[in-house]
Amino acid sequence: MLELRNISFQVDAEGKDKEIIRDVSLTIPDRKLVVVTGPNGGGKSTLAKLIAGIEKPTGGQILFNGQDITGFGITERAGLGIAYAFQQPVRFKGIRVLDLIRIAAGKTLSVSDACQYLSSVGLCARDYVDREVNASLSGGELKRIEIATVLARKAALSVFDEPEAGIDLWSFRNLIEVFQKLREDIHDSSILIISHQERILSIADEIIVLREGRVVNQGAREDVYPQLIKAETDVMCEGWAGSAEKGGDA
Amino acid sequence: MLKLDEIQKRLLREVADLHEVPEGAYNIRSNSASAGRQSTANIEIVSKEDVSGLEIRIKPGTKNESVHIPVVMTQSGLKEVVYNDFFIGEGADVVIVAGCGIDNCGNQDSQHDGIHRFFVGKNAKVKYVEKHYGSGDGSGKRILNPGTEVYMEEGSYAEMEMVQIKGVDDTERTTTAELAAGAKLVVRERLMTHGDQRAISTYVVKLNGADASADVVSRSVARDRSFQKFDAKIVGNAACHGHTECDSIIMDEGRILAVPGLEANDVDAALVHEAAIGKIAGEQLIKLMTLGLTAAEAEEQIINGFLQ
Repeated sequence: MLELRNISFQVDAEGKDKEIIRDVSLTIPDRKLVVVTGPNGGGKSTLAKLIAGIEKPTGGQILFNGQDITGFGITERAGLGIAYAFQQPVRFKGIRVLDLIRIAAGKTLSVSDACQYLSSVGLCARDYVDREVNASLSGGELKRIEIATVLARKAALSVFDEPEAGIDLWSFRNLIEVFQKLREDIHDSSILIISHQERILSIADEIIVLREGRVVNQGAREDVYPQLIKAETDVMCEGWAGSAEKGGDA
Repeated sequence: MLKLDEIQKRLLREVADLHEVPEGAYNIRSNSASAGRQSTANIEIVSKEDVSGLEIRIKPGTKNESVHIPVVMTQSGLKEVVYNDFFIGEGADVVIVAGCGIDNCGNQDSQHDGIHRFFVGKNAKVKYVEKHYGSGDGSGKRILNPGTEVYMEEGSYAEMEMVQIKGVDDTERTTTAELAAGAKLVVRERLMTHGDQRAISTYVVKLNGADASADVVSRSVARDRSFQKFDAKIVGNAACHGHTECDSIIMDEGRILAVPGLEANDVDAALVHEAAIGKIAGEQLIKLMTLGLTAAEAEEQIINGFLQ
């Protein structure tokens, strides 16, 4: 279980403190798939980075299975079982897909075992396992390899930052299946996905809405999801109404 | 029969992946003397008479054979210049493995300058692998100055892999090539320098015939206070294709000077150069750390991959 207590994160923007995350408290319980959603610029990706240890909070505490990990670095958190999938996967010259999956697994996997992770993200493993994780791969391919590296970690908490970003519609259907399968196989682990996608929201156990660095809504999917849809419709209607008024003035 | 001590055997493993006496033609040079030689029906190795070195004659049409000519030096203070000429007959297809390992435990400099000339016959194909390696904790320097000249006839193909990863204090590598019509040269250089090492690599490739092509790629890492210079020039004298690339990682106080040069003397010459120097990208380190590696382990993985 992951717990964030009063987490704040400020950056220096042109000499002024800018608050990206404001006093956020939340819990990712075991055996749950939690989706964090909300408008762009609301602090979702920063939240994921704070959990992985890539950014350090300027205030508050992070607890993982009861242990205070606020001061822990990236490697230490990875060692405790926190995995993180980048929104924009990193390219490496000379490092092969197989190498990356082996590093992720933390042991010498056989090629066929490594291939299973690739197959589960919809890649024909044989074609990819020996390829370099470099610019010759498309954005969608890299993204799926990124997800495969997280699957290979068999982590206690897997954090995915916008897994749908950069994936074409055809591949997206497979991606949903990957997360559905991941959800079904949850035992002592939990999953946190940052996403805008309805299809991903629809498989969540819980939804957290982050806006302007604050949690504005959180709870079970059944409760939060209808409110989200309603809020979105309202915004759209306001938008329509606004433009109609302007039209009327002209 | 070969008589090599453990250090010499270790050097042989490093530079030529040799654990035993190689199959096929070979000459093993140890501390300035031949420690073993074998010619085959198609590949003849003879000593030069005027200077130190070998003539390696590969008969036309020889296929799938290899030549190993590793050099090991374990005596401190040895300095030698060796001239080796390779004549690769028309239509042959062979692998040549050279390389030099120096173990210097003394306080005098050890130096091996290997001057290799390749005469690649019409439609012949050659793969040349050269590894350099230095070890030993003496204060004497380990110095290697290889000179390589490649003369390629019509339709020939040469692939040259040159690797220097560890322990060589000072290197000045000069490679020149002249290509006739339809010939193709591929060079892959991998280099890592550390401490106060210095490595200079200069290429001049002349594409003289129609459809000749060259692809010269260097990947290097400069650590500590080491210095590297990569100076690659491709000259297009006909309708040809030339590409040169220097891709480098700098660390610590390392310094790299890349001097890519292109000279087009024919309107149909298509020449491209690329050069990139920079430190390891922070996000690469972060990605590997999220997979559980420490920063130092991540760095090692990135460099190993880069130099693969």
